[in-house]
Amino acid sequence: MSLTIAVTGMNARADNPGPGLAVARCLKESALAPRVIGFGYEALDPALYHRGFVDRGYLLPYPSHGEDALLARLTELHEREHFDVLIPCLDAEMQSFARLAPTLTGMGIRTFIPNSHQLALRSKDRLPELAAATGISSPRTQAVYQANFFHTCEAQGWRYPLMVKGLFYDAKLAYNADEAVAIFHRIAGEWGVPILAQSWILGEEINLAGVGDGLGGLAGAVMMKKRALTDKGKGWAGISIHDDELLFAAKRFCEVTKWRGGLELEMLRDEQGNLHLIEINPRFPAWIYLSAGVGCNLPDLLVRLALGEQLLPTPPTPAGVLFIRYAEEAIVSLADFENITVLGETLRFGALA
Amino acid sequence: MSITEKKPAWVAPVIVRHSSSGMNKFGGVREAQFRNEIAGVSIAELVEKYGSPLFVLSEEHLRQSVRRINRAFSTRYAKVRQAWSYKTNYINAVSAILHQEGCDAEVVSEFEYDKARRLGVPASRIFFNGPHKPRSALAKAVKEGARIHIDHLDELALLEEVANEQGVLEFPVTIRLNFDTGFTENWGRFGFNLENGQAMEAARRIAASPNLKLTGLHNHIGTFITDPRAYTAQVGIMIGFMNSVEAATGCTITTLDIGGGFASRNALQGVYLPPEQITPTAEQYAEAICGALAVGLKNREQNGKPLPELILETGRAVVDEAEWLISSVVANKRLPDGRRAMVIDAGVNILFTAFWYNHEVRPARPVEGIPEDTVLYGPLCMNIDIVRQSVSLPPMKTGDLLSFWPVGAYNNTQWMQFIQLRPAVVLVRQNGQVDVVRRAETLDDVENPEHLPIDLQPNFS
Amino acid sequence: MKNTLLASKRLAISESGFVFDPVSGQSFSVNETGLVILHLAQHEDDLDKLVEQLAEQFDASILEINRDVQDFIYRLKGFLK
Ligand SMILES: Cc1ncc(COP(=O)(O)O)c(C=O)c1O
Repeated sequence: MSLTIAVTGMNARADNPGPGLAVARCLKESALAPRVIGFGYEALDPALYHRGFVDRGYLLPYPSHGEDALLARLTELHEREHFDVLIPCLDAEMQSFARLAPTLTGMGIRTFIPNSHQLALRSKDRLPELAAATGISSPRTQAVYQANFFHTCEAQGWRYPLMVKGLFYDAKLAYNADEAVAIFHRIAGEWGVPILAQSWILGEEINLAGVGDGLGGLAGAVMMKKRALTDKGKGWAGISIHDDELLFAAKRFCEVTKWRGGLELEMLRDEQGNLHLIEINPRFPAWIYLSAGVGCNLPDLLVRLALGEQLLPTPPTPAGVLFIRYAEEAIVSLADFENITVLGETLRFGALA
Repeated sequence: MSITEKKPAWVAPVIVRHSSSGMNKFGGVREAQFRNEIAGVSIAELVEKYGSPLFVLSEEHLRQSVRRINRAFSTRYAKVRQAWSYKTNYINAVSAILHQEGCDAEVVSEFEYDKARRLGVPASRIFFNGPHKPRSALAKAVKEGARIHIDHLDELALLEEVANEQGVLEFPVTIRLNFDTGFTENWGRFGFNLENGQAMEAARRIAASPNLKLTGLHNHIGTFITDPRAYTAQVGIMIGFMNSVEAATGCTITTLDIGGGFASRNALQGVYLPPEQITPTAEQYAEAICGALAVGLKNREQNGKPLPELILETGRAVVDEAEWLISSVVANKRLPDGRRAMVIDAGVNILFTAFWYNHEVRPARPVEGIPEDTVLYGPLCMNIDIVRQSVSLPPMKTGDLLSFWPVGAYNNTQWMQFIQLRPAVVLVRQNGQVDVVRRAETLDDVENPEHLPIDLQPNFS
Repeated sequence: MKNTLLASKRLAISESGFVFDPVSGQSFSVNETGLVILHLAQHEDDLDKLVEQLAEQFDASILEINRDVQDFIYRLKGFLK
C-alpha cells in the first residue's frame, strides 16, 4: 500500500508562498509515490485545491488555539486517513508539533522534526548564543518588547540602518527610529512580541536547505543564491550553488544541536568575504522544489529518515541549476469551496467547476 | 400534540460572511470547549447557591501550585524561601493556605503589613517592600523586627532616625536595587540604581550608620517575564554587586531576594503563541536561577562567606491558575458596525486584568452553533468596560454562564467598588466542600464608613 | 425588512448552511435556524407571518423569536446591500 503523508503550509500565496505545496510536489515526484494530504489554516489556502500534488485538503485549528484543539483534529483525521508521516512546514506551528510528536508517534504518525529544546536553540532571539556555540559569526540580535527601544538603542551601540524582524515571519530594514517603531507595531500587530532588532550587515545572502539526521549529521543539503527578488524581498528566481563554508556551517549546526528534520540556513557573505548567520528556519523553505530539480529530493529523504531507512550519504549537488517561480490559478468549484468552509475539507474527488 | 413531540428548542439564527482570511471553522475550537465544573463542583450549582458573578478558588490548585515552585527550587538550591506576595491576592483564606505551605509574607504597604500581622505572621517573616512606608510603619516594623527593604534615600534617613530613637543598633536591612538585565525594561522608579552608583552609595551610608546593617539585596525585574534568561542575568548581576558591596563596606549579605514575575498560563495581549507554549514551567525558571547561583557562588563558602538565602516573591504564578470568575450573560446585542456583542454581569470593575490579558472564556454547558467573534461588555456605564475585545463564541442565551480563567492574580486586590457591589469569593476545599471566604458585599459595607449630617437627610414628603 | 426578505430570494442556499449570493459574489455560513429562516423567506416576505411560522415550529416566545429574527434580517440587509 502506498504511504499517506500529511503536509502543512498550504498557503501557497503568489507573493509569499508557504513551503507546503513545494514539499508536496517533491513527494509526488519521489519513488515513494505517496498519497499527499494537505493541512491548511484558511479556506483560501491555494494548495488545498491543487489536485496534482495534493490529494485532499483539510483545515486545522490555528496554532494560537493551542495543542488540545490541534490534537483533537489530528486524531479525527487520522482515523479517516491513516497518516504514515506528517511534515510540518510553518514556523508558528513547530512548537505545537514538537510537543505533540511523542503522542503522534504513539498513534502511528511519524514525524521527523526537532524537539522543543532544539527549536528553542535556533529561536531567532537566541541567535547570538547559537553562534557562540557553533563558532559561526552572527549579527548582534536582541529581543525587543517595547517600541521605545528603537529611540534609545543608539546609546547602547546600535546603529541605523538595522533589521526589525518578527519572531516567526517578516523582516524589514529600518533606516531610523521612526521607521523601526512603525515596523515594530506592524509586525507585533500580527505576530506579537518580542520583535527582534538585528544589526545590519552589507553583503550577499546565500541559503541552504537541508535535513539533519537527528544524530548530529547533515543527511543532505542543497545550496542556493537568490537571483531576483519580488518587491516584498522574497526570492522568485535562484540558482543552485556549492559553497563549502556554507555547507560547513550547516554541518556544524547539525553537529551542535543534533538537529532532526528539515532546516533552512540563511547566511550572508560580507564585503570582506566572511560568513554571518542571519537566521535558521526549522523547516524546509518554499524553494525546496529546487532540491528535486538538482536530483537531491530532500522531502523524499526526510520521509525515508522518518521511516527509519538506512541511507547512504547524498552526493554533492550540481551548481548552476535555476528555479524561476511563477503564479498559477487553481480552478475551484463552488461545491469544493462550500465543503471546505462548512466541513473543513475539500471534496474527495475534486469536482471541477 | 403529545408531550413526547416537544418542539425543538429555539437557537438564535446566525449568519457570518466569509472573508479572505479567518475562514476556518476550526479557528474557534479553543473557546468552543465548555467547562461545567471547577475542582469537581458544578458551576451551575455554585451560581445557584452563591449568585453571579462569582469568584471560585480551588484549594487543591493553589496548594499544588505553590508546592511545585517550592520543589523546583529546593531541589536545586539549598536555602530557598517563598514570601507570599500579598498584593497579588490577600484574601485571608488564600494567604493562610500559603502560610500553611510554609510561605513567609511579602508586603508593600502598612495596610498589608498589618494584615499579615493580624493573620499571625511573625514580623521576622515579613519582607516589607514598597516606596511609601510612613514613620509609624517603620517604627512598628523596627520594633517587631520585620525585614525592611529600603526603597530610597529619604526612607534610609527616616529608618535610621527611627532605629536611633528606639535605641536599636545594627538593625539588619535590605536595599532594593534596579538595573538593566538586557531582557526587560528596568523598573527604575523603585530602589537604588546600580549602574549609576546610587546603590553603592546607599550601602556606604548604611555601613556608616551605627543603627543599621546591610544584610540583603532585593530586586524585582517586572511581571509576566516569559524568558527565564532574564533571571539568569538578574542573579548574575546581583551576585556581582554583592561581591563589590561586601568588598567595599565589609558587610555580609545573607539574603538575595529576586522578587516575583514568573508568568502564569494566561494570554498576555499582543502575544501570538498560546500560553502553554510561552509560559516557562517552574522547573525552567528554577534551572535558570539556580544555575546562575551555582556559577556565581562557586567559591563563596571557600572565601568564608555564607551561602545567601534565596527569597522568591512569586505572586502571579502561585495563585493565578487557582481561581475562576463565573459570570452570566445579561444581553445579546448587534453593534452598529455589525459585530456581535454580549453584556455580562462582570466587568473590569472586578476583572481588572482584562485590560492586559485575554483570559480563557468557556461556556458552562456545551453550546451548539456557529461561533462568531463577540465583544464582551461588562455592566458598567463606561466605554472602557470591555472584558474582551473579541472572542469566538457560539450563540448564547441570557442567563447562560461563562467562566474566565485564570483570574487569581491581582483581581481580588485591584477590583473596585464602582456602581456595583463586589461579588462573593468561594473556596472549593480539598474535600469538595465549598466555603465562602469573602461574602458578597452589601450596601451597608459601602455606607458604614460614611456619616450623613442629620440636617442633610433628604425629605421627600 | 420586507425588501431584505425579497432580496434573499436570490441566494443559493445549501443544506449544509453554505449560502452564496450570485449578485455580489459573497458567500456566508448560517446555522440551522438561519437556514430555516432563509428557506421560509423564499415564499414569505411578511416578517410577522414568518415569525409566526417559526413560533409554530420552535419552542420559544414570539417576542424572543421576533427579536432574534430582526437581528438576523438586519445583518442580512447589511450583506445584501
Ligand atoms: C516587589 C514585588 N515583589 C513581588 C511581586 C509579585 O510579582 P508577580 O505577581 O509578577 O510574581 C511584585 C509585583 O508587582 C512586586 O512589586
